[in-house]
Amino acid sequence: MNALAARRRHPAAIAILIMLGLILTGALYAAVAPRPADAGTASADTVEMGRGLFLANCASCHGTNAEGLKLGDGDRVAGPTLVGVGKAAVDFQMGTGRMPMTVPGVQAPRMDEIKFTEKEISAIGDYIASLAPGPNVPSEEAVDPTKGDAARGGSLFRVNCAMCHNSAGAGGALTRGKYAPSLSGVIPRHIYEAMETGPQNMPVFSDRNLSATDKRDIIAFLKTVENQPSPGGMTLGSLGPVAEGLFAWVFALGLLVACAIWLGKKAA
Amino acid sequence: MSTSTTSRPADGLRDEDTTVSAAAPGAAARKLGGVAGWVDDRTGSAKGVGYLMKKVFPDHWSFMLGEIAMYSMIICLLTGAFLTFWFVPSAGHTIYEGSYVPLRGVSMSEAYASTLNISFEVRGGLLIRQIHHWAALMFVVALTVHMFRVFFTGAFRKPREINWVIGSVLALLAIVEGFAGYSLPDDLLSGTGIRAMQGFVQTAPVIGSYLSWGIFGGAFPGEMIIPRLYSAHVLLIPALLIGLFSAHIILVAMQKHTQFPGPGRTNDNVVGFPVMPVYAAKAGGFFFIVFGVIVLISGLVGINSVWVYGPYDPSPVTAGSQPDWYMGFADGALRLLPGWLEFSFLGVTLSLNIALGALVLLPLVYTVLGVYPFVEAWLTKDKREHHLLQRPRNAPTRTALGMAAITIYSIFMFAAGNDIIAIKFGMSINDITVMFRWGLFLLPPLVFWVTKRICLSLQRRDRDTVLHGRETGTILRSPAGGFSERHEEISAQDRWTMVEHEPVATLELGESVDSNGVAAPDSKTLARRQKLSRFYYGDAVNPVTPAELDQAHHDHHGEAETDAIEGGRH
Ligand code: HEC
Ligand code: HEC
Ligand code: HEM
Repeated sequence: MNALAARRRHPAAIAILIMLGLILTGALYAAVAPRPADAGTASADTVEMGRGLFLANCASCHGTNAEGLKLGDGDRVAGPTLVGVGKAAVDFQMGTGRMPMTVPGVQAPRMDEIKFTEKEISAIGDYIASLAPGPNVPSEEAVDPTKGDAARGGSLFRVNCAMCHNSAGAGGALTRGKYAPSLSGVIPRHIYEAMETGPQNMPVFSDRNLSATDKRDIIAFLKTVENQPSPGGMTLGSLGPVAEGLFAWVFALGLLVACAIWLGKKAA
Repeated sequence: MSTSTTSRPADGLRDEDTTVSAAAPGAAARKLGGVAGWVDDRTGSAKGVGYLMKKVFPDHWSFMLGEIAMYSMIICLLTGAFLTFWFVPSAGHTIYEGSYVPLRGVSMSEAYASTLNISFEVRGGLLIRQIHHWAALMFVVALTVHMFRVFFTGAFRKPREINWVIGSVLALLAIVEGFAGYSLPDDLLSGTGIRAMQGFVQTAPVIGSYLSWGIFGGAFPGEMIIPRLYSAHVLLIPALLIGLFSAHIILVAMQKHTQFPGPGRTNDNVVGFPVMPVYAAKAGGFFFIVFGVIVLISGLVGINSVWVYGPYDPSPVTAGSQPDWYMGFADGALRLLPGWLEFSFLGVTLSLNIALGALVLLPLVYTVLGVYPFVEAWLTKDKREHHLLQRPRNAPTRTALGMAAITIYSIFMFAAGNDIIAIKFGMSINDITVMFRWGLFLLPPLVFWVTKRICLSLQRRDRDTVLHGRETGTILRSPAGGFSERHEEISAQDRWTMVEHEPVATLELGESVDSNGVAAPDSKTLARRQKLSRFYYGDAVNPVTPAELDQAHHDHHGEAETDAIEGGRH
């Protein structure tokens, strides 16, 4: 205690006090301010639990206060700041296994294995949301594909998403090894969050670009297309003419030539 | 059971062969007193039919590649006729109310709506569409490999150059026909294709925009392009295709089919089966096999699932927008051409970055293809008729040139799939493009060189086998203690295929300067021609001559040769 008392008049003390005050009011505001959906359920406990998990798993790249961490190599960062990205971004990034990022690469890939429980992810999300407001996890209803209009969603999808993700959502290449992934098997909530938060090279589709209804229609379209059997037979990965041409050259031609050779051998 | 059609001196060698006295079908038919006789009385067709029926076709699987192309085309014609019953070639606006839920209520063109209707409402319609499209792909695949066969075996040489040219035009028409068909359904992909085509047309210097205006009957896309493409696709080009194809087949019948060299097969006969009954049965059966395979594939594997792409609308595009494979090379060229080839001066833009790939490459490919036989004949000064095929190794320079050309084409073609390669192999699209650009310049010479070396080595091995027999792997020990390998003489049949081809030599064009020291008037051309000839034949390996063979036999006292392991080879 003595040491602290001795430094009471240290010039930095005032700055620290002001900062503490600011953070406190910020946190207070965040706690009291009206929040969409289920944000109110975030208790101080879960935020604290989230902070612990964050420090253990994420701080090495995103900094201890989620303020981001520079690599000291130009503009490159170990991880960007997460202040203000919202609970939705955390839910998307962790729920699809992208975070915590394991290997640095051009793009954090989707992982099949999720190492965190829903509860832990939610806690970290609450912690990030407690730092500054951001988009929240959408409600069940907002992402219910049965409530959307698939045909309308299809038109929206072709205009807004198909140039990167392909008209069947099969995925596509971007520059320098980056890619827009295939959208099959992505759960509705994550589709919504992807649009809302715009991960990596994907643009953010805020409610002004695509309203909540638009987003739900797009989800309805993706889920309808995904769940209906392909009327034409095998789809060859929905990759279009390249896959079809390859199939014609390798498989169809191979089969026909095999038949020709067989017939040629059958001398009369 | 083989017969030869013509009676030429070579037939004397084959006196003992049982000849099938195929009675003229006309006569046979009349004996039956049947319909054929009735028709013949009125049309006199028996003679022509009899001539065709007695035609002899040699048998080799590679001669059936052309048939695969022919049958695929016929399948396209049949299924295409079926599609016309329901397809509406109109850009007219409509709202989809059919059974495909994800598009219900979406506004689209009548062409697209009717394609959806064929796919989902018309019974068997989707299968027919898929047969039509798979057969279209197989048509171009098969005619391409058919062309490879003709090229690498030298079947295009005199007197068949005209048929080669006809074939090249057919190949060009086939891809134009395919492109027109691909553009008809007016889905996002075909619309993007038309849009690209419009871009190509516009890059034509000076006249570009007028040309585009004319083709589209106004601004892009307008309402004219679909009906126009439709006329071209179902009327104009099919008529040309059928006409040229008939000429192609008639020429084959008139000039007789080429054959691979073999004992008893000469430049003056054709050894094989007569059309009736053997060949016709085989060919007829093969039609059903090809049809069956294509239907099977169409039943199992979807193609051009237009409902996935959605209706065409000029604003969206989809990732993975590619043309059908046969147009890929032009698309690939566009992806490889660097952007700095676009020049702007005096307010005029010259888009060489597009024009080179679109307006120059396509005609260039088919022109080079068409003129090749004449170029080869000119620089080898070969004016004789050829009815015997060459083994590719016996024409090393041609084989190597062909492989290099295929390499160039393939690089362009694969470049069109650079984005698909990038996602499937987790590579950077930029790196792939750079790789292809380098490959375009480095690979063809490399492939040329490697192919030529392989051909020459194979020829040398043939020589070796003829002169010294086949290595048996049996090791002998001589009384003196030396080891040697026994070589076995090859059969006369096998030897024939290794020595039958003609020896070649570079052109000796004589003095370019006459005795008075005056340069011959065309000495420059002569010199150039000689240089080309040297390029073609310079390092030729010629077949073993009878004298060489005798000499070799003499050396070994007519015994099976042995190859001493100690003391090296002789
Ligand atoms: C190895 C370093 C690393 C680790 C560990 C890591 N991240 Fe990240 N994170 C990144 C990088 C780099 C980005 C930016 C590129 C991207 O989005 O992939 C990022 C982006 C994010 C984003 C998206 C930010 C935005 O603007 O939308 C969120 C959310 C996120 N991380 C959360 C987490 C959480 C939560 C953890 C811990 C469970 C974590 N990260 C662990 C490196 C890391
Ligand atoms: C500019 C290109 C681009 C556009 C346009 C775009 N995306 Fe994306 N999208 C991406 C990229 C890149 C990623 C990968 C991000 C990552 O890995 O973090 C992605 C990821 C996604 C994911 C996550 C997939 C997964 O594997 O978890 C979804 C869902 C998604 N996008 C939906 C959409 C929707 C819906 C639209 C249209 C409203 C859209 N995207 C528009 C580029 C794009
Ligand atoms: C002989 C070569 C031919 C080729 C290579 C060819 C190729 C094609 C192709 C690639 C398509 C796109 C089909 C799709 O996926 O939907 C198409 C469509 C079509 N073709 Fe052809 N075709 C040929 C002959 C014909 C003929 C002779 C007719 C009519 C008599 C015809 C009628 C049609 C029609 C109506 C369509 C549009 C219908 C639809 O897309 O469902 N085709 N063609």
